[in-house]
Amino acid sequence: MSNTASTDVVIIGSGFGGAIPAYHLAAGGAKVVVLERGPWLSAEEFDHDFKLGSSYTRIFDFTVGDGMSLLGGNCVGGGSVVYFATMPRAPRFVFERRGSIGQRMWPAAITRDSLDPWYDRATEALPVTKQSWENIPYAGGLFAAACAHAGRTANPVPSAVDVDMCTNCNWMMAGCRFDAKRSLLLNYLPAALAHGAEVRPLHEVQHLSRTDDGGYRVHYRNVDAEDYRILHDSGTIDAKIVIVAAGAGATPVILQRSEPTLGAMPPAVGRYFSSNGERLNTAVFDEDRVREVLGLSRPGGKAYAANQIGRGPTVASWDRLDGNLPEFERYSLEQLYFPPGLGTILAQVPDATGPSWFGLEKKEMMRRWQSWLTIFTMSEDDNEGVFGPPPTTGNADRISQQMLGRGPLRYRPTPNTLRGWAASDADVKDILERDGLARVTPWTNDVVGAYTVHPLSSCRIGDNPETSALDDRHELRQHPGIFVTDGSAVPGALTVNPALTIAALAERAMPGIIRAAQERGVRVTYGGSLPEGSSGTVPATAVS
Amino acid sequence: MQTENPDSEQTRVMTLEAFADTIVPGRKRSPDDRAIAGVSTDGGAVASGALALLEDPASGFAAALAPLSEALNSHAASYAESHGLPLTPGTPPFVALSYDHRTALLSDLLKPGHPEQEMWVGLALFSNMAFDSAAHIGVHEALAAGHPGLLAIGIARPDDDGLWRFPEHSYGRPLAPLHPETVPSGSPA
Repeated sequence: MSNTASTDVVIIGSGFGGAIPAYHLAAGGAKVVVLERGPWLSAEEFDHDFKLGSSYTRIFDFTVGDGMSLLGGNCVGGGSVVYFATMPRAPRFVFERRGSIGQRMWPAAITRDSLDPWYDRATEALPVTKQSWENIPYAGGLFAAACAHAGRTANPVPSAVDVDMCTNCNWMMAGCRFDAKRSLLLNYLPAALAHGAEVRPLHEVQHLSRTDDGGYRVHYRNVDAEDYRILHDSGTIDAKIVIVAAGAGATPVILQRSEPTLGAMPPAVGRYFSSNGERLNTAVFDEDRVREVLGLSRPGGKAYAANQIGRGPTVASWDRLDGNLPEFERYSLEQLYFPPGLGTILAQVPDATGPSWFGLEKKEMMRRWQSWLTIFTMSEDDNEGVFGPPPTTGNADRISQQMLGRGPLRYRPTPNTLRGWAASDADVKDILERDGLARVTPWTNDVVGAYTVHPLSSCRIGDNPETSALDDRHELRQHPGIFVTDGSAVPGALTVNPALTIAALAERAMPGIIRAAQERGVRVTYGGSLPEGSSGTVPATAVS
Repeated sequence: MQTENPDSEQTRVMTLEAFADTIVPGRKRSPDDRAIAGVSTDGGAVASGALALLEDPASGFAAALAPLSEALNSHAASYAESHGLPLTPGTPPFVALSYDHRTALLSDLLKPGHPEQEMWVGLALFSNMAFDSAAHIGVHEALAAGHPGLLAIGIARPDDDGLWRFPEHSYGRPLAPLHPETVPSGSPA
């Protein structure tokens, strides 16, 4: 049972959408409790291993849905602990998207220009740094060289990795053993703790109810530290403000489950889910052609054979991020690493004569794993995901002790989404198959449906109450005092990695949330500071 | 269903091994090995520990393995009948099928829209994970033991402390022109 029956603010989740409010509210003087359903690990506990029960399965969740599977963090620090820390800003045209509904998806108050100061703050706090070619791992270099060979451009992508500390081990999804990845465990969360915030791991929030004084009661269960299928005691905490930041795969589920106690939810809760238009292709390179056509070679004589080496995605091609192109036909292509297991099962054999994703031909393809290069498409999908009725607890019926579960999301890609995927598949093939460099095939969607590592938009901000669950201050419509600041608040696909945009939106939401807390009697102020260690080049006045 | 009555545990193991061997095929362990079809020249999912991974309580599949084995043999018996294939007395029907027929049957069970697809995909996923991830014993123990899957994909060896580091990791030079509208932060405009 909890030792704090009431507090000023309860924050559900400790990823970007939770850690950033935790810091600002605690720094401003509020009493803050963060409830995180996953465990709390630090660098020395991050294993280089795929073993069941290692950090890889403890902190990472794979939730299979109907037509869409979600991959995300399940730990203190959330997605920042398991992600690849690739941190571009979203291109300008994204904020003007209209989607198939034909209305501006983003609130009128938000454009790239108006969000840039908040991007600046998150960039400084984490920090995010520009990358140089001198440090780009082989896989990124290979993609860049192939892009150049095809007459395309390619960029090293800004990153929240300290490359001087990075060993290019590519174990980022199991947590960074070397603290090179600037996860929230190294900035916002310790700063929040220093200001008195309390973080409680292995607390899974199930639903909310109201208190007599106009606040909210947060109902949680304790999760077993080893077997997440087992829930232990239940408890409650009362708060004047609740911030829901459980991730786009869980935030709407908690709110849906709260309907019997809170009353009806806005119609957009659990609708308009976006997969960020994600799609993967795997290329198998001909090492001789890499040397002959691209002129690449490594010390020791290999041309590439370095799929295992690196730090996730480091190079992207932004040639199709052109606002003049039709909506749903704009996307970025990014070199990516996906570890064995989840990263091999869906890759398909080029020109397979039998089954494309299993069997003898697939085994032969896997012998060339070190010559694989995975290309990640982030496109404009149609916000077509819908959450069904919530499971009994959590956001999934857990199958395995950790990591694997089945959730209520249903996703059927529309012709718009399929058009973008087909265009990007053709583009990847055009770039990488030139002059016999490689053979390329998209991952199959026939096994677990489509998939995303960047779930978005299931409880989004907007100006239209029919199509957005939150107003432009991130407050849940019809439920004042509840705010949502995670990826579910992002209105739609971003065509790039979304973490920095999620962080910027959370930063942007803070003055308004703190005003709402003040109006509810919380003694808190917005100081506009950033976690200690940030360089302080972005003054608070820039964003007031 | 089965034409004879081999020990049910043996039937379960052979059937699941034959399933895993269809996902990542391997070399027969002995000339009279029936579960492994023997279409590959080195170890596949079975030699990589697929059964141990599936039977690990942490996988969540352990309790379902016996019914899945029965269901697979039921499907195999129907498949054999519809294709006019003889079954082998004393051999579980799925094991009695050739590799090509096992593949054809699994292709059907793993197809979108099959009512049992999710369970068969789960078995396939863990069979594959045994091969390329050694998730039941861990990468370090697997490498020390000469795990066939990790050897096949050519995973690099870690440093002596069990951690991977790649000091040589970059071609170290610009390899493409930057997008002309890149902003000073390094992001797209």
